[in-house]
Amino acid sequence: MIKSIRTRGAAGWFDWINGLFLILFSLATLVPFLFVISSSFVTTKELVEKGLVIFPSKITLAAYQYLFSTRLIPVSLLVTVFITVVGTLINMAFTILMAYPLSRRTLIGRDRIMQLVVFSILFSGGMIPTFFVVEWLGLLDTYGAYWLPGAISAFNMILLKNFFQQLPAGLEESATIDGCNDMQILTRIVLPLSMPAIATFSLFYALGHWNAYFNAIMYITDAGKWPIQVWLRQIVILSSGGLGESDFLTVVPPQTVQYAVITLSVAPLLIVYPFIQKHFSQGMLLGSVKG
Amino acid sequence: MQMRLNLRVLRRDKWLYLMLAPGLLYFIIFKYLPMFGIVIAFQDYVPYVGIAGSKWVGFKHFDRFFHEPVFWVLMRNTLLLGLYQIVFYFPFPIMLALLLNEVRQALFRKFIQTVIYIPHFISWVVVVGISYMLLNAQDGIIMGLLHQAGWQPQDALGSPGWFRPLLTLQVIWKESGFGTIIFLAALAGVDPQLYEAAKMDGANRWQQVLHVSLPALRSTIVILLVFRLGTFLDTGFEQIFLMVNALNRSVGDVFDTYVYERGLTQGQFSYTAAVGLFKSVISLILVLLANRTAKAFGEEGVY
Repeated sequence: MIKSIRTRGAAGWFDWINGLFLILFSLATLVPFLFVISSSFVTTKELVEKGLVIFPSKITLAAYQYLFSTRLIPVSLLVTVFITVVGTLINMAFTILMAYPLSRRTLIGRDRIMQLVVFSILFSGGMIPTFFVVEWLGLLDTYGAYWLPGAISAFNMILLKNFFQQLPAGLEESATIDGCNDMQILTRIVLPLSMPAIATFSLFYALGHWNAYFNAIMYITDAGKWPIQVWLRQIVILSSGGLGESDFLTVVPPQTVQYAVITLSVAPLLIVYPFIQKHFSQGMLLGSVKG
Repeated sequence: MQMRLNLRVLRRDKWLYLMLAPGLLYFIIFKYLPMFGIVIAFQDYVPYVGIAGSKWVGFKHFDRFFHEPVFWVLMRNTLLLGLYQIVFYFPFPIMLALLLNEVRQALFRKFIQTVIYIPHFISWVVVVGISYMLLNAQDGIIMGLLHQAGWQPQDALGSPGWFRPLLTLQVIWKESGFGTIIFLAALAGVDPQLYEAAKMDGANRWQQVLHVSLPALRSTIVILLVFRLGTFLDTGFEQIFLMVNALNRSVGDVFDTYVYERGLTQGQFSYTAAVGLFKSVISLILVLLANRTAKAFGEEGVY
């Protein structure tokens, strides 16, 4: 993506030291993951004896068998998938439908609406009033509390609007002459041309849902609707070392089980990451043209 | 005449307005309604009787907050956490980007980039979870290793002295890699002739980094720094909320955790709405100042 290959020459000491440093930094990034994943496949006995296990001498699925025998974690994983899929669809529908009209320069009231959106980034009512709005709407303890309070990221919406604005305007004009209405222009012409941007924003929204825990803590008391991140907090953080105030787990789960929960929650991301990573880095630079 | 024209345009754009409706409704309900809800900060709000029935008390809650010792504790914790991040985290992505930019083998560079972006996509629960597994006093591996080496370290997760360094380390680990993207983009725009010229003048690779690449990042650094100062009060609530516990609360509590604790778990709604409003107003002022400063530096500004 970024070209900066300058004049080539033999690799000197500068390149070796630089390369070494970057490899060390990547290792520092990867080792915690390797450690967590391999520790989840180790017997409790080996983990206690060795402490640090990167290459287990004997692989066991005991921790996973235990987790999947509890019903709690499998249900929670399904709930998280459900929240993520529906949530992302809602995000994208709301974001696209708002971004497209605002990308049209002739729209009356466009500047006013943009001011409204930008101000909402700069200033917010805060946690307590927002909580009361969610309560007033009857969303407490419903999936709606995961989806609606963050249905549009103002930031993403503005970026997508800027992206739409860069598309050649001639396409829309000729489609209008052919008798298309604005909805048809959006679905038949604009969206097919914007697939890379759509993919990027969907991924960012999906990731946000997969990683979210705070909406659940704020709005959901029904543990049956908790996503995996909340259980992760209960099982790993609140039960660890007796520091927390856990009222759900009276027994500290074995370490291998804690590692297994962490592994389950990051596995989907690590598996798809190599295939989608180019969308993420593109997204950072997307729509940076102002308008 | 003007009126008629507007009506015709409105009719022409009816689909566009229809599309706008859900988004507008979203912003009104979830962003602007809470702003009006701020009025409860000036009341003794009782949920049962609602805003209309609750008693107005003016600035009572603000007065109370400014006179509580906790006000200065929250202020100090927020400022120190922000300061730690600017001093220790902020230079990291710049340094990494400068080094990555020197890598000549495209494949190696691509590989390193791919790897160091990963932690950005991991949730804070996982990052804090791994920290707990490694550092807890009973069976954390790092603590065990330090024990074997003859040290008797404090419980890192429960001691106030470790809180800020630990949070900063987590941010460095999680965000340094992804943070390079914006600097790499800026470096890609540097004219290769500048490096050639520097080489002619006898600059070695390190000197090229210092005298060609680094100056090319100056405006990016300035604008990011200014906006970091502008969002000073938002020092990673999700992370702090997970890391705070009964033992390190004295250094870990910030405005948001305090609002959550006193408001949603203890039910002091009006008081915490006032605390939240105080934070929102200061944040707004800081961001506007940051924007003005960026413009003064000749940058475009963001808002």
